[in-house]
Amino acid sequence: MTRTREWIYAWLLLLPAMSLLALFTHYPAIANLWHSFHSTARANHPSVFVGLDNYRSMVEDPIFWQALKNNLWYAVGTIPLSIALALLMAIWVNNRIPGRGILRLAYFTPTILPMIAVANIWLFFYTPQYGLLEQFLGSLGFASHNWLGTRSTALPALMVVAIWKEAGFFMIFYLAALQSISPQLAEAAAIEGASRAYFFRRVTFPLLMPTTLFVLINAVINAFRMVDHVVVMTRGGPDNATELLLYYIYEVGFRFWDSSYAAALTMVLLAILAVVALLQFAFLERRTHYQ
Amino acid sequence: MRSLFRMLGRALGFAAAVFAVAALAQGPVEVQFYYPIAVGGPIPKIIDGYVAAFEKENPGIQLKPIYSGSYQESIAKALTAAKSGDPPVMSILLSTDMYTLIDEGAIVPFDDLVKTADDKAWLKSFYPAFMENSQTGGKTWGIPFQRSTVVLYYNKDAFKEAGLDPDHPPATWAEMTADAQKLTKRDASGKVTQWGVEIPSSGFPYWLFQGLAIENGANLMNAAGTEVYFDKPEVVGALQYWVDLVNKYKVHPPGIVDWGTTPKDFFERKVAMMWTTTGNLTNVRANAKFDFGVAMLPAMKQRGSPTGGGNFYIFRKSTPAQREAAFKFIKWVTQPERAAQWGIDTGYVAVRADAWDTPEMKKYVAGFPAAAVARDQLPYAKAELSTHDNQRVTKVLNDALQAALTGAKTPAQALKDAQRDADRLLRSYR
Repeated sequence: MTRTREWIYAWLLLLPAMSLLALFTHYPAIANLWHSFHSTARANHPSVFVGLDNYRSMVEDPIFWQALKNNLWYAVGTIPLSIALALLMAIWVNNRIPGRGILRLAYFTPTILPMIAVANIWLFFYTPQYGLLEQFLGSLGFASHNWLGTRSTALPALMVVAIWKEAGFFMIFYLAALQSISPQLAEAAAIEGASRAYFFRRVTFPLLMPTTLFVLINAVINAFRMVDHVVVMTRGGPDNATELLLYYIYEVGFRFWDSSYAAALTMVLLAILAVVALLQFAFLERRTHYQ
Repeated sequence: MRSLFRMLGRALGFAAAVFAVAALAQGPVEVQFYYPIAVGGPIPKIIDGYVAAFEKENPGIQLKPIYSGSYQESIAKALTAAKSGDPPVMSILLSTDMYTLIDEGAIVPFDDLVKTADDKAWLKSFYPAFMENSQTGGKTWGIPFQRSTVVLYYNKDAFKEAGLDPDHPPATWAEMTADAQKLTKRDASGKVTQWGVEIPSSGFPYWLFQGLAIENGANLMNAAGTEVYFDKPEVVGALQYWVDLVNKYKVHPPGIVDWGTTPKDFFERKVAMMWTTTGNLTNVRANAKFDFGVAMLPAMKQRGSPTGGGNFYIFRKSTPAQREAAFKFIKWVTQPERAAQWGIDTGYVAVRADAWDTPEMKKYVAGFPAAAVARDQLPYAKAELSTHDNQRVTKVLNDALQAALTGAKTPAQALKDAQRDADRLLRSYR
């Protein structure tokens, strides 16, 4: 009797979260998969089952491949840099230095600002001729450059914004983790004569691994999820040079109104994220020590 | 037990009262409508003012205006609402969304609502250039409201400094090239401190490009929205000229010029001439700290500009009473005096000729002649690029233009590819 009651009790506790998850995550994902096998309904053409047609046109769609490639470069460019920067900043503001409260706040500010506002500010940073960046580089004698309007620099310019925005957020996690590391370890290492670099490599960094794993997963998800700045700064241009996967899904779904094709694209995005998450858990889990 | 019955009775009575009130409240016809904001100025205040004045004259109608974001967000919201079965009764959306809305079966034509001779006269009162994007297949699907064209803004002070006549803006491409060459200033190291001309190319470069194409003698599509002419020699020539402004004459900044920062470039004197919408007129008037002029776009074979901006649409899923009410409001708000006032307040082109004969408009134009340039350009204006599967076809052209402007493809190659892709998209509509 008590066991049954406990069982019911447990399920009742789980129920609110479960039903929300099922309603807003699991059901949409499955419905999405279902839609991706159908054609988009139009006024005089109801939706019909088309099998893998949407996926076949995806293979032939050069913009999809461009978006995928851009997104991979974007991930490769933003994730390691923002994490490294976050760690560096965390270690820096973890020291007892004067004005560290203000410094911490300064590092964290980009995270608080909404991305749309941030993107608008950066839009003017990058403006040719009189933008902040141009004024700075111009005073050093560099030639003027159209950062967002040139194919080769548009995506890196967006990556810089993302790194700047993300690093402060990840720093908070590292800072919290650093403060939970017992100072006795540092004292013991100092007595043993270990150098600071050695101590970081063999003690601090391994102890930060759970945080790194968490941050890494977040960074990967964000690399595929954050497109607000694309909307504001380039709208995928010039000529798809900054087209990211999620922004392309938005365009297909809500500008072209081809919801089935958008569903198929979404499945690809979901698959990528699932694979990345699985890999991370499989490989990094083994190297991670939880206290 | 008895107290329970009494409570039940009271509750029922209360419920009945609530229903009675609700039934009474259903009396007036409710008309929800979406409107976007695409230019500066106190648009919501103006719209709320219209609504209040209209409701006072028509107590049986209750308008519910809803600000719905940019044009892009508005069409997304309106179509999503239409698909989920609960669209607004009417909405202001881009005139170029007409084919999309028809293909989705979301809107009804105005022809069934236009009954009296008065209505017919009203429908004929709009500038024909604006009606091109509002009619197809012999039916009227949209009513022009906040419409614009592309015009050339120029800095008169910069003209004087360069030894040019500030009262003679360029009238032809050759003049624009020559003026731009004189207006482009370089410092000792060869760095440009002031460009001659800017034609923005981010977001929707097709719109400004269409001006070049029309001037060079060809529009980009047919009236049925089933054919595009991206690879016509005139169109290729138009793109070649744009690319030449950058690479050959070096009077236009390289790469993509952002639509949003172009007016700022102009205010900061980083560019002496810019192509942008008439909708920016009020903005430029408020922010330019120098004497500026507004001119029609220069001609190659002819003058020309696409029209732009938003129309009223009425959605299919509405009651006859709601459609009548929406129609009444649309007629009311496009009366000459109101069309004139709307143009004065926002910088949009008043959509009918008689609006320009009203005393307020005459006074406004007398004090600010630049306001009339867009009107004078209307006889040369053509329909904005709009086809079936409009957003996709437009993106194909946008990508091609950006590819040519960033040097990835030659104009001829870029437009040939665009024509091929657009043909593939439009095949099923022919």
